[in-house]
Amino acid sequence: MTLLSLRGIRKSFGAVDVLHGVDLSVAAGEVVGLVGDNGAGKSTLMKTITGIYRADTGSIEFDGKDILALDPGQRRRLGIEMIYQDLSLAKQQDVASNIFLGREPTKRLLGLFPGFVDKSEMDRQAARMIERLGAHLPSINRSVGSFSGGQQQTVAIARALTFNPKLVIMDEPTAALAVREVQSVLDLIRRLKSEGIAVILISHRLNDVLSVTDRIVVLRHGRADADLVTVNTNMNEVVSRIVGGGDTAAAAAHEQRG
Amino acid sequence: MASEQPGFWARVQRASVERLHIRLESLVVLLALSTAMALLSPFFLSLSNFLNILLATSTIGVLAIAATFVIGSGGLDLSLGSVMGLAGVAGAFVAVTLGWPSVLAVIACILAGGIAGYINGQLVTRAFVPAFIVTLGMLGLARGLALVISKGRAIYGLPPEIVYIGQGRPFGIPMPVIIFVLTAIVAHAVLAYTRFGRHTLALGDSEGAARAAGIRVEHHRRIIYTLSGALAGLAGLLFTARVNAGDPTAGINYELTAITAAIIGGTNLFGGRASILGTMIGALIMGVLQNGLTLLAVQSYYQQMAIGAVLILAVFIDQYQVRKESRV
Repeated sequence: MTLLSLRGIRKSFGAVDVLHGVDLSVAAGEVVGLVGDNGAGKSTLMKTITGIYRADTGSIEFDGKDILALDPGQRRRLGIEMIYQDLSLAKQQDVASNIFLGREPTKRLLGLFPGFVDKSEMDRQAARMIERLGAHLPSINRSVGSFSGGQQQTVAIARALTFNPKLVIMDEPTAALAVREVQSVLDLIRRLKSEGIAVILISHRLNDVLSVTDRIVVLRHGRADADLVTVNTNMNEVVSRIVGGGDTAAAAAHEQRG
Repeated sequence: MASEQPGFWARVQRASVERLHIRLESLVVLLALSTAMALLSPFFLSLSNFLNILLATSTIGVLAIAATFVIGSGGLDLSLGSVMGLAGVAGAFVAVTLGWPSVLAVIACILAGGIAGYINGQLVTRAFVPAFIVTLGMLGLARGLALVISKGRAIYGLPPEIVYIGQGRPFGIPMPVIIFVLTAIVAHAVLAYTRFGRHTLALGDSEGAARAAGIRVEHHRRIIYTLSGALAGLAGLLFTARVNAGDPTAGINYELTAITAAIIGGTNLFGGRASILGTMIGALIMGVLQNGLTLLAVQSYYQQMAIGAVLILAVFIDQYQVRKESRV
């Protein structure tokens, strides 16, 4: 069943054309790797899916609904979450504030005034979510900026998973992590898949991409240049499609050693 | 890393930030300053002088609340004092020159401030002019307009209902103090405990994170600038009612004191951290400082210098602490 379907997505910034008509589809519970050289348009494409950018032309359907006109908040409510490379955390706020940012549970103060944030409920759910991820944080009431990189990433992941998403987009989730932390992110992706959650994984670490994805889409010059089934491809082919043909054995061997 | 057991003082500090949203240091400064003034002047410690300080703080305090919201959201409003002056003149113009009912004059004050703030917000979010420039421009625009409307002279002879807002004393407590304290309580609840307040601080912390979370960033900024203007309008009403005149030169340099109060109270100059309770302590520090210097018969010129010096000192201490904390 197709969960996400992009057709003919174009996006330009002034005179710079970044996306020249991208087609992409993702099925429910499918893990799709999105690879491509720097400047191929990966991040721009993802931001047109989350709604941070509005595509100039083309169509985006999610769960059978046209979502082109929806803003990021509305798309999140439909179940599209993204974990950004820079994590996009509000660093002076605490764990629960970040996880629930934009979706805070509210209660009435003295049963009269609406719109008051239910902080104890937020803290409780945040603690439960962090625990479910098997992570340890020094304190849930500390500002996120005082945490290590891996701990901050845990908060970003918890934020993406708390509201039962259908699609999680991860932009270079392993780029800045230690070896052990990389494995736990890859395990997490497998677990999401087993729960029927679709994942789009953007990564330069082709070993990671080859080990967890079902399909690999190569973005090149603003187009989906290749759509490879992971079990039927190999490092050599992926590298060759990224750089656009030629003798890539040396580059692939280098990547293989990773 | 940060795993060593924090000391007692550090834990008390953290608890005060997390639970009460205030920096303990500002409270210590307020107490130390008050003690010093009490020792230096026999007139300082009295109920009437205490009410005097609160009364003198009420106008600045309302402006400081506005400054806290704006700076907390990562913005800046330099037009607070001028907008306050414009709002007071607008109210006096409606009540005296036009002779309309007092209710309309009160509305005119808030509305004039709100409109000025709304224009600030529109320019910041749609025209991509930095807040510093927009509000600096509004500082000139609002002041000039106040002088045009009043023809450069104060408008006297306000109706008694309005004068009561500034000079009335139900239960012996000055009206401006009552209005100021109520405004502060509501503002504190909104900033610390509502979604609106949390989004305001998240926005000042990281605009990208707020946008990614689905918060309508530009819309939120416009509301905050409009709110800031409306609060400046309320400050203008309090001032005009207290001095019984729509004075076009009211509020000159008040933004300096208001921003200083917010910063002393623990507002991060670059946004993301702010609390109204902290700002109230900051406003009281400014009030005690001015009151004490007056009781000690220090010329007002020196008071002006003191405020400027305190602002720079407060930002220096804040930045020093931020650097110290980030050095894990």
